[in-house]
Amino acid sequence: MTALILHRIHFGFTITFHYLFPQLTMGLALLIVVLKTIALRKRDERYNQAARFWMRIFAINFLLGVVTGIPMEFQFGTNWSQFARVTGGVIGQPLAMEGVFSFFLESTFLGLFLFGEKRLSPLVHWASAFLVFVGSWISGFFIIVTNAWMQHPVAYRVLPNGAYEVTSFWGLLTNPWALIQYAHNMSGAVITGSFVMSAVGAFYVLENRFSEAGRIFLRVGVIAGLISCTTQIFPTGDIHGRYMAKHQPATVAGMEGLFHTQRGAGIVLMGQPDEEKQTIDNPLIVNNVLSFLIYGTTKAEVQGLDQVPRDQWPEPLPLLYYSYHIMAGLGTYFVLLMAISAFMLWRNQLFTTRWVLWPLMLSFPLPYIANTAGWMTAEIGRQPWVVYGLIRTSDGYSKYVSAANGLFTLLGFMGMYSVLSILFIVLVYQIIAKGPQLGASAPVSEPLTVA
Amino acid sequence: MGFIWFWLVAVMIVAYVVLDGFDIGVGILHPFIARTDEEKQLAIRSIGPLWDGNEVWLLAGGGTLYFAFPLLYASAFSGFYLALMIVLWLLIMRALGIELRMHMQVAVWRTFFDGLFFISSALLAIFYGAALANVIRGVPLGDDGYFFLPLWTNWNLGPEPGILDWYTVIGGVLALVALALHGSLYLTVKTEAALQSRSRSASIYLWFALFVVTILSLPATLAARPDGLDNYRAFPLLFAVPIIIFAALAGIFYFTRKRAERKAFTCSCVYLTMMLVGAAVALYPRLLPSSNDPGRDITIAKALSGPHTLHVGLIWWTLGMCLAAMYFVVIYRMFRGKVSLASSGYEH
Repeated sequence: MTALILHRIHFGFTITFHYLFPQLTMGLALLIVVLKTIALRKRDERYNQAARFWMRIFAINFLLGVVTGIPMEFQFGTNWSQFARVTGGVIGQPLAMEGVFSFFLESTFLGLFLFGEKRLSPLVHWASAFLVFVGSWISGFFIIVTNAWMQHPVAYRVLPNGAYEVTSFWGLLTNPWALIQYAHNMSGAVITGSFVMSAVGAFYVLENRFSEAGRIFLRVGVIAGLISCTTQIFPTGDIHGRYMAKHQPATVAGMEGLFHTQRGAGIVLMGQPDEEKQTIDNPLIVNNVLSFLIYGTTKAEVQGLDQVPRDQWPEPLPLLYYSYHIMAGLGTYFVLLMAISAFMLWRNQLFTTRWVLWPLMLSFPLPYIANTAGWMTAEIGRQPWVVYGLIRTSDGYSKYVSAANGLFTLLGFMGMYSVLSILFIVLVYQIIAKGPQLGASAPVSEPLTVA
Repeated sequence: MGFIWFWLVAVMIVAYVVLDGFDIGVGILHPFIARTDEEKQLAIRSIGPLWDGNEVWLLAGGGTLYFAFPLLYASAFSGFYLALMIVLWLLIMRALGIELRMHMQVAVWRTFFDGLFFISSALLAIFYGAALANVIRGVPLGDDGYFFLPLWTNWNLGPEPGILDWYTVIGGVLALVALALHGSLYLTVKTEAALQSRSRSASIYLWFALFVVTILSLPATLAARPDGLDNYRAFPLLFAVPIIIFAALAGIFYFTRKRAERKAFTCSCVYLTMMLVGAAVALYPRLLPSSNDPGRDITIAKALSGPHTLHVGLIWWTLGMCLAAMYFVVIYRMFRGKVSLASSGYEH
């Protein structure tokens, strides 16, 4: 394997594993605020207890997000030094701001939120939960700003020494790509949060243990799920796709497996792309739909990969194609499942309808897969550029870090993260098995020291 | 602008070392001075709600370094690749050691996480000390501003140094002892009874060790960086820095004997700050000196970001630091005083 490939896998592996945690952190932070708000407004202690249960899972999830997040900030320098050197003046800015504005906020108020419920008034405790939510969403925003500049560089100039500099700070922060991507991404995080919450709720209701709490989880999870699954496709996904088609036509062609420019292009639902022959094997195509989705008319011409020089094709192309199709397919399933669940909830039948509860319980891994696939679509789609149109990925990595050294640390991370996965599953399983303490008056002393 | 950002980054590094330093110190010491399970819980709880916020200084400082001096960030992080990756793994292990102990009902697991906390803290201290010593000694920078150092070569200074050589090992040992002492002074402030008196006597032993290593480090530094005194000679007022260092050392001993824990801990903060300031003064205006050719030194001027970036940065950085200071006041006030198991307020 070449050093370039290894450095790509190195970053890809560590970021993929890392993002399993923040997506739940950001989604759950919002849902915990919802639970705390209902508790405060209805003066209903059950919602406080529900919030306390999720707080325990949140704490462990947050910890894993923190420890796997630190390597990310360092890897720009360790594995992608040439990229870091020329773009530090631009993307170093949002990355530093994430630390300064988000991490301090999060770490402080998570401490208050986890440790302070007895010492603080209910309103102040609600406020600390709210600030943890704000902190985690600010953090997400700065990361998206960073990524959006790599996808769609704006507000920059080149200095005499070849480095890039921001010409407009607000231009960087309000990059249209960033705003669209942020909406799409945060909606995706809420999907993960609501599926996890619904799954635990469905488990308790099916199991007939802690079913009162389970019903609260289902109610909040399904409603949040229906909203976020819908906004994920329309408007955020829709706008994102059109904007991408305008600015990264090669990416969209790769995602859709569209080798040849076409008037009234169809959408490929299934099939395997063949890069050599430039065809789709075993295709299942709906005519004209792609043209319609991008341009609003079935007759429009959609640019295919044949318009893109071969050395600017996204690669690996099949992985881009599959990532996008997995994301889109799962997104469609999410809307269906949540619509049915919400309908049943509205008819007061959800808690007894086992054929809906079962898929709700089993589907929680799928948003993780969909979010990962979505990010792979964005990141592989950007190739062969590390900054779209400006810097090639092959010019960005650390030339003096050999393939062998890269492999050594990649293996190290794989080992370390395997252990983390096992620990995470065991700890969260313990919490779910123990269940929320609804109605219990005496607080159970299980120390939780995350801050 | 370069002068300002050099010292702003230095402030963040100092904040990190002083604050996370006592977390690391507690990690190094707790197996030796906390005997019962209860005492171990106390030791960990004394840093429980604080360590994560302390560690944020590393991230915020790293990010600030990245945007203010991209060349330094790119060169140093890729050049010290292996050591940095090990530091990342150690940071992960330390976090697990602190946080997961409490979730384990089985004594074997608790012992395991205690061990993890100890080993990762001790190695972190050694690596941080060695890292600073590497920067002081310099690295074999190439024409393009990059280098790559193996973990060790022949343990000697010279044309082909490794990350570890006799000088950087001294730096590592110095950091190990200094942070262990910092931790023991912190524990003396935060605990009572047997745990406190054991922390106090550990402080005394560690103080003697630190005194010896500090004195040893001075000639060693001049051997590794013969021009290290140039800035001091140019501005003799700067000799106040080493004088304050020794005054702070004396203060630690004096106040520990007088049982004035807070004052002793404050002296230790001053000691760590001044050691770092002393190194920064010796290096200025270099950020990463070259060990083979002074012309290749990475200086502030060479590494500095563009002017617009830095102007805007100054505005939000100041705002952000005011907010951060406010948060730290809130959380340190909330968890002030001695730790105890009963009144810890962990209700879940």
